[in-house]
Amino acid sequence: MQLIEQFPVIIVGISMFTAYTMLLAGFLNKRLPFIIAMVMNSFFLILSLFILNHVLTVGPIRYWQGGWRPPWGIEYVVDAMNAYLLIIVISLIILGLIYSKENVKHEIEERKHTTFYTLVQLMAAGLYGITITGDLFNMFIWLEIASLTAYALIAVAGGRALRPAFNYVIMGSIGACFYIFGVCWLYSVTGTLNMADMRLLLPLLYDNKVVQMGFAMIVVGVMIKAYIFPLHLWQPDVYAYAPSTISSMMASVHVKVMFYILLRMFFSVFTINFITHYIGLDMLICWFAAIAILAGSFWAIKQRNLRRMLAYSSVSQMGYILLGVGLSPLSPWGLIGAVAHILNHAIGKGCLFMTAGAILQQEGLRNIKDLGGLGKKMPYASAAFTIAALSMIGIPGTAGFASKVFLILASLDAAQYPFVVILLLSGLLNLVYFWRVIDQMYFVKTEEPKEAGVGREKGKALPLSMIVPILILASLCIIMGIIWFTDIPLPLINHILSNLRMGVTV
Amino acid sequence: MELMTPLFVILCPAIAAALILLSRKQPNIREAWTIAASVIMFLLVLSMAPEIIKGETIRYILFQSMIKNIYIGFNVDAFGEIFAITASSLWVLVSIYSIGYMRALKEHAQTRYFFCFCFALMGALGVALSANLVTFFIFFELITVSTYALVIHEQTPEALRAGHKYFAYLMPAGAILLFGIMTTYYLTGTTDFTPGGIKALVSVSPLIITVLFFAFLLGFIKAAWMPFHSWLPTAMIAPSPVSALLHAVAVVKAGVFGIVRIVGYVIGLDLMHQLGLWLILAGIAGFTMLVGSFFAITQDNLKRRLAYSTISQLSYIILGAALLNKDSIQGAMIHIPFHGYMKITLFLCAGAILVATKKTNISEMAGIGRRMPVTMLAFSITAIGMVGLPPVAGFISKLYLCFGALELGSPYAMIFLSVILISSLLDVVYFFPIIHSAFFGKLEAGGVEERSEAPLLVLLPLAITATFSVVFFFFPNTFYIMDLVKTAAGNLFGGV
Repeated sequence: MQLIEQFPVIIVGISMFTAYTMLLAGFLNKRLPFIIAMVMNSFFLILSLFILNHVLTVGPIRYWQGGWRPPWGIEYVVDAMNAYLLIIVISLIILGLIYSKENVKHEIEERKHTTFYTLVQLMAAGLYGITITGDLFNMFIWLEIASLTAYALIAVAGGRALRPAFNYVIMGSIGACFYIFGVCWLYSVTGTLNMADMRLLLPLLYDNKVVQMGFAMIVVGVMIKAYIFPLHLWQPDVYAYAPSTISSMMASVHVKVMFYILLRMFFSVFTINFITHYIGLDMLICWFAAIAILAGSFWAIKQRNLRRMLAYSSVSQMGYILLGVGLSPLSPWGLIGAVAHILNHAIGKGCLFMTAGAILQQEGLRNIKDLGGLGKKMPYASAAFTIAALSMIGIPGTAGFASKVFLILASLDAAQYPFVVILLLSGLLNLVYFWRVIDQMYFVKTEEPKEAGVGREKGKALPLSMIVPILILASLCIIMGIIWFTDIPLPLINHILSNLRMGVTV
Repeated sequence: MELMTPLFVILCPAIAAALILLSRKQPNIREAWTIAASVIMFLLVLSMAPEIIKGETIRYILFQSMIKNIYIGFNVDAFGEIFAITASSLWVLVSIYSIGYMRALKEHAQTRYFFCFCFALMGALGVALSANLVTFFIFFELITVSTYALVIHEQTPEALRAGHKYFAYLMPAGAILLFGIMTTYYLTGTTDFTPGGIKALVSVSPLIITVLFFAFLLGFIKAAWMPFHSWLPTAMIAPSPVSALLHAVAVVKAGVFGIVRIVGYVIGLDLMHQLGLWLILAGIAGFTMLVGSFFAITQDNLKRRLAYSTISQLSYIILGAALLNKDSIQGAMIHIPFHGYMKITLFLCAGAILVATKKTNISEMAGIGRRMPVTMLAFSITAIGMVGLPPVAGFISKLYLCFGALELGSPYAMIFLSVILISSLLDVVYFFPIIHSAFFGKLEAGGVEERSEAPLLVLLPLAITATFSVVFFFFPNTFYIMDLVKTAAGNLFGGV
């Protein structure tokens, strides 16, 4: 066994270990947890790059924990899809950590810093675990780790964040219950928890009501966690009142990992054949997604609070990914659109939430109508916000445009023309609610003299450690907008398509 | 042939924009970047012309995308080169004018103004040089976004409303255009501009092509065809140089450029003729020519009157494309630079009057020709050109259009010929009173009758464009324009 095949388990295992070390180190020095987290996650990022390289050149990595063969032991599988997602997750966790360095001082009491970083690292471990594992029950464990820590991290700021956190605990637990019920039902008829094994055993049982029910429960459970439209009610308040770092991490990577579970369920555990022929779910999913896209946008237009608006925008954007998933049985471009949008939304929305947090910290502003003249006061943050917002709208030259093009192509390819209209309409709705903010930042004349805002600490510019991640993400929005239109991602995309057994390549 | 020149042309304004942002504290250096970029860009564009006249195209593929047959790249053909020369040569003059104008009026946010101007020009040049619809669309949307900041430059609530109206028209149009582009790709597997139309469209059902045609037509409401024109007069709230270059040349011409591209290079002349789509397009154009002129008569604000005149004149180009014969399309293509030079002069004059006298309404301008003889002389010359009388450039393009209309045979020949002539007559009706009252009108009480022209930086560019409007009449081949038009028509119809 090559060394590189151990990397996935190293990432997950050491992540957990690091979290506990950080808790202990926090007693020695308050700065130590942050430093450890930075160092270790950067190390993981390097490992994950090696993994991606290995996956693309050699093939998927399969690691049997403790040497037990798959149907009995836990197997970790990394193919192109996970490797890609792993890099996204780790990089955004790192950027979130850099951002949090100054931001936590402002939003969280000093004594909670050690626990905060420990929980962030644990959440990261959970997310890495979900991404890497090839075992349904093991996935549940990591899912719970990622969710439980998220509940705590949302509540850590106290005050107004407590009620949304509690809502999320209830909804998230219901989702987790659905998931584990579904897994149990599948286990009861197949006798296995390994994804690859289950894929081999299930086709004979596709007519079985237990299998169909189990599938439905898993999907609904995950959909709660991924706040697909009617199940999104817990989410806007959580995103509005959680610490800025956590909002940004949740919106950019936490929810993407939930989508990854959905992708695995659809294409690795079950097959396209099952989804289209036995339960006929693909079109239902597309219409769910379409409703989510439009409803999320409409609600976002109604919002006055900047972060709530971003939250509803996320509800809408999750619809894009779901639409891509729903269209993928009919067209490879559906999956490509979903895969691309996972990254594009992660960088865009991550940047937007970070900027919203920076505005809150510097100027103490939450409402859109108060943002007048911000372009002068916070030039970098406003510029980054504008770029990321343009990407969300899907203006050509930004990352969002690429996902829009892929999804439109998928809808045309699948001969599902209504979705083309919905996607284009959604772009316009996004324009309506994002442009209000841009108008306020740059173009509305402000009456007040050039005096600092209410909550502003006099003479203090936004710290560099907050500007840098924001600017990195904003520039990524443009860089990815170009890269998706080159053939550089082609090998990755083809690997993902063949690993998820779509049977076609581009 | 492969050359990197198109890429450099596009990069010029982008680099200038970055430098403008960096030197925002030193206005003189900041303005120097604009001038430098515009001059370099114009020379680069002009340097491509000799090759193109030989019938070659200059290709440069930037990226091959994951999507089969879609790439981001440039392919400069004669028609694109005409638009590129128009936009880039006028940018040089308008840059100079902008500096004089903005400083004379002590406008705020000048860095933002010059920054966005660069990107708008980048969009216009990208549209001109792009090789396929996808590249075209990227730059087309860049124009929309970057000009928003210029339209609402005043930042008054009224300006913001105008900006929102601007977006409310152009953004949905962009979405529809994207729909058209993706559908074209879906149907044919390519989005390249092909002289004579994309071959694979021939086998597509007529209904779908008709739908596609209307999607493109709605996508190009930047061409301000009626009834989707009202964003253009509203956008006149922008500073005069913006109205001059963008809303008389770059933005609206990008729209008509797109329509000509669709007619000649995507759907193709044969299909347009077979499906009777040309008649729809010509009908729209004729309607806009007449109604636009009528609207112009009723306007008192000079810039708004010019805007309606633009709406009417743009439809000459659309009409030329719609009539589908060699003469009419040559007329359409040549009207792009000629109308550009003439209309920009008119707008620059309007701006100069504003700078010198703070007047915007025609009713207040009695006797202004005696105060500002050079400005009003330039105005009169180009107004004559707008009507289509010699010895100004507009005569040539109208002549070609009339020949084109004549070739149709009855009954259409008579209809469109009379539309062109009536529209020209209406041009006289709304331009002549301005000139008459400017030179012979009585000064209002308390007015001073002494020479008070606008500053030199404002005056010089408009004098140059007015001169060129005349030069084009005598030497239509200035900047290779006539040769390019002939080459472009040759590409479309075969033979030279």
